[in-house]
Amino acid sequence: MDRVFRVGEEEVYALRDVSLNLDHGEYTSVMGPSGSGKSTLLNILGLLDRPTKGTYQLENDDTTSLSDEDQALVRRDRIGFVFQFFHLIPRLTAAENVELPLILAGIDPKERKTRVTQALAVLGLKDRARHRPDQLSGGQRQRVAIARATIMRPSIILADEPTGNLDRHSGGDVIEILENLNKSGISLVIVTHDPALGERARRNIIMTDGRIISDKTRDPVL
Amino acid sequence: MKIENTFIFSIRALSGYPARTLLVLLAMSMGVASVMLLTSLGEGARRYVNREFTSLGTHILFVLPGRSETTGGPPPLLGQTPRDLTLDDALSLAKNPSIGKVAPIVVGSAPVSWNEKDREVTILGTTAEMFEIRQLAMGQGRFLPVQDPSRGSGVAVIGYKIKKEIFQNRSALGEWIRIQDRRFQVIGVLAKKGQSLGLDMSDLVIIPVASAQSLFNTSSLFRIMLEAKNRNDVKAAKEAVLRTIKERHDGEDDITVITQDAILSTFDRILTALTLTVAGIAAISLAVAGILIMNVMLISVSQRKSEIGLLKAIGATGSQVLWAFLTEAAILSMTGAILGIFIAYSGVIVIIRLFPDFPVHIPLWSIAASVFTAQLTGILFGVLPARRAAGLDPVMALSRR
Ligand SMILES: Nc1ncnc2c1ncn2[C@@H]1O[C@H](COP(=O)(O)OP(=O)(O)O)[C@@H](O)[C@H]1O
Ligand SMILES: [Mg+2]
Repeated sequence: MDRVFRVGEEEVYALRDVSLNLDHGEYTSVMGPSGSGKSTLLNILGLLDRPTKGTYQLENDDTTSLSDEDQALVRRDRIGFVFQFFHLIPRLTAAENVELPLILAGIDPKERKTRVTQALAVLGLKDRARHRPDQLSGGQRQRVAIARATIMRPSIILADEPTGNLDRHSGGDVIEILENLNKSGISLVIVTHDPALGERARRNIIMTDGRIISDKTRDPVL
Repeated sequence: MKIENTFIFSIRALSGYPARTLLVLLAMSMGVASVMLLTSLGEGARRYVNREFTSLGTHILFVLPGRSETTGGPPPLLGQTPRDLTLDDALSLAKNPSIGKVAPIVVGSAPVSWNEKDREVTILGTTAEMFEIRQLAMGQGRFLPVQDPSRGSGVAVIGYKIKKEIFQNRSALGEWIRIQDRRFQVIGVLAKKGQSLGLDMSDLVIIPVASAQSLFNTSSLFRIMLEAKNRNDVKAAKEAVLRTIKERHDGEDDITVITQDAILSTFDRILTALTLTVAGIAAISLAVAGILIMNVMLISVSQRKSEIGLLKAIGATGSQVLWAFLTEAAILSMTGAILGIFIAYSGVIVIIRLFPDFPVHIPLWSIAASVFTAQLTGILFGVLPARRAAGLDPVMALSRR
């Protein structure tokens, strides 16, 4: 597929002839220089953006023909996002931030409460539930964001430079959490600058100028 | 997203930006309060006039010389009288079965003096019937005696203010005053009662109608005031007056009959129109509040761009975002309206304290109308920002530029 942006008179190809097939439960990293189209690819995978040309099938459903409203529902139920800048709502507590997708889905308060408590506990945030984002460290904020991304039990997690704003130590924690989620069967796509991080994924994609120039899958035995 | 959750979410959003929220609430509540306060004043004026008129009895009629095209309108100007009303005209009316008491009226101005004190005073010439028709009350003494109206006599009833000015604390009863060059004996002082239909009843001297006619050297009447037997007879009485006078005036329709009801309903119409106009002008402030809501919400949308982008990224549909923002606008305008009602009622309480005689009253329709207008403008002006929020591209909204 292609993704072309119009900037004034010019056309910018953020993605050019990209063709990609991800398996269930796969752990993929996307690397490449800045401006190479990594985020654009991730946004399309997450249904935040549509390809200008080509189609995108998620679990055998063609998503390109879905309306915006239906795409939102797919995002809600099957896709989890983790961003570089966390994107927590500052006036809500950690628990309330995590609860948001459940509210959007219209799940009743009692079930919401148990699921949020559980999710926070799994990520070691039990006693941070009532804290607001500005009372949390970067690593804790990203863990809240991960709890939010996983609360709807999605089939795929998309992380755009999830450690880009974290120190080495908490970045390592976050990657470990994401990898554990992947081990439980959720597909994982991580966009990163850091080669060391990228190497950890089983499948490594490298992009330049909107094209995939390398796509290697490591032998599971190794 | 369920309604109650949208609601809670919106409230959280509003309380997250207290200064902005308070500003909008202030504008909205002032708008609502001004609509309600101004209508309450207008309504108060209407009730005041109503009360003044009905205190006179609602079955009063006035007969004026001269024909007026606008029956029920204001009385025609003086001086264009084709044929005068006479005392006999007045007396002939009393015989009609639908007509009760009849009081002829002559009005003029003359110098009144007592003990070197001298003043120009309004002189009202009438008969004993005036007392009941106009529902007067005596402070001291008695009113004009019942007597043959065509015969004058040297008695006078003076207003409260005249008594104070001329006699101060001395008793006026039995004293002789001079009106122009004639002597009249004071037989009564009217009770202290303020304005009555624009005529200051405390600042005049009342004498028998025939005396007034000879004083002013006229055989005509200024007007005739009469009452129908009862409320249902007003129409019959009016027709009887027209018919009787026409007969007496050689078939000419040369008088105007104004009923109390007609005057009352004219005033009522004028004051209701005034109230509505004032309310309409005040409603402009509601529109201003609406525009403020729009601006504040547009700012809010652009400030909360990344939040909106995030909501969409985690699966909020465009319509969910739209509703969240519309709910915000609705909460703002509703809360503003409720605050406004409180302010208006506090204002009314203050007015009642200051002017206990003035019947201020917030009409129910003005509460309904201002709350409705507040809601309407709030939501109407909320649509644009809400649509903008709903249409936000999440990728753009989330990217930090
Ligand atoms: N909304 C946009 N409008 C115009 N150009 C864009 C837009 N988004 C991305 N691009 C362009 O597309 C290219 C790829 O961007 P991006 O996917 O963000 O790269 P990366 O995430 O690898 O740094 C860049 O050249 C960028 O300038
Ligand atoms: Mg990027």
